[in-house]
Amino acid sequence: MINQKVFFQGLKSLKGSKSPAIPLAACFVALGALLKDAGFNLQQSAASSLFTYALPGQLVMAESLLVGASLVNIFIAVWLVNFRLYPMTVSLFPLLEHKAQPKWKYYLSCHFLAVTSWLIAKDGYKKIDKKHRIDFWIGIGIGTWTTAILMTVLGYLAADYLNKDMLVGLAIVNPVYFFCMMIGAMKNLSISIAVVGGTILGPLIYLVSTEWALLFAGLIAGTIAFLFGDQNGK
Amino acid sequence: MESSQIIILAIIATSLATFISRFMGALTSEKVSVKSKLFQWFNCVAYSTLAALLGRMIIFPAGVLSDSDLIIRLIVLVTCVSIFILSKKNLVLPTIFSAIFLSLLINL
Repeated sequence: MINQKVFFQGLKSLKGSKSPAIPLAACFVALGALLKDAGFNLQQSAASSLFTYALPGQLVMAESLLVGASLVNIFIAVWLVNFRLYPMTVSLFPLLEHKAQPKWKYYLSCHFLAVTSWLIAKDGYKKIDKKHRIDFWIGIGIGTWTTAILMTVLGYLAADYLNKDMLVGLAIVNPVYFFCMMIGAMKNLSISIAVVGGTILGPLIYLVSTEWALLFAGLIAGTIAFLFGDQNGK
Repeated sequence: MESSQIIILAIIATSLATFISRFMGALTSEKVSVKSKLFQWFNCVAYSTLAALLGRMIIFPAGVLSDSDLIIRLIVLVTCVSIFILSKKNLVLPTIFSAIFLSLLINL
């Protein structure tokens, strides 16, 4: 049902010099501590990472709860910040498609889609035989997802021992890791324009609209990058 | 409503709002060919949306990170990206260093 060799190849991406384990641990430990602060109990904190597993959305949820936002408002705010997962899925899953693989694998494993797992899969899929790429993805997904849940629990339990400076230190790890991964991914002109354009437009549009900034910055910079790459044949 | 009920409902709302985008992505993927221009466009939009999120996280951070100065965050980011490039794309080194370096700088 699942090719074990390829699955473990995916799972092993947690090790080595490209390991995402440390940045994942850093940000989910910080999240665990934050959720405790927001009044969650241990089970609820673990459930949040188990069922949502998308850090920016979980941060929005915790902050919205602290200011007493309604459920509808939480839903919309989270949808807007996590909408990036839609183009991310569409730019990964066609690479993993194979007729011999059942659809349920794709429908269930899309839950593992997050920035970390996406960047690892985009970096490594070419090495895997087309037929088994979805199993490679499931391996990456199980590894990163489990790490996130365990670290949320650890962060919750360690909350009383973490001081403010340590939490600030942990909070920078995630953007630094993602930036490095993105720079590593800038292998052609259109991706490079997309990354540079998005980095500039994101904060710029944020000044005008906090909620819609990501969506608009992504669409504008992405379309410019696409048109530019299309004209230059890359 | 009790606060624990509100938290459970918030977890459900957050998880649904997140899973919709993933699942819609999986459905759309069935109709998108790797060789098509549409796929290229989605790829560019995915990278730029992610870059936009990262730019925002550094310039306008949410949570505890907003207690540090922007210039300090930029120094840490540029230093760590340089380490990443100089160390032949080792990701473990710059990420560990970033936490230590930022904690040191904010206490100067």
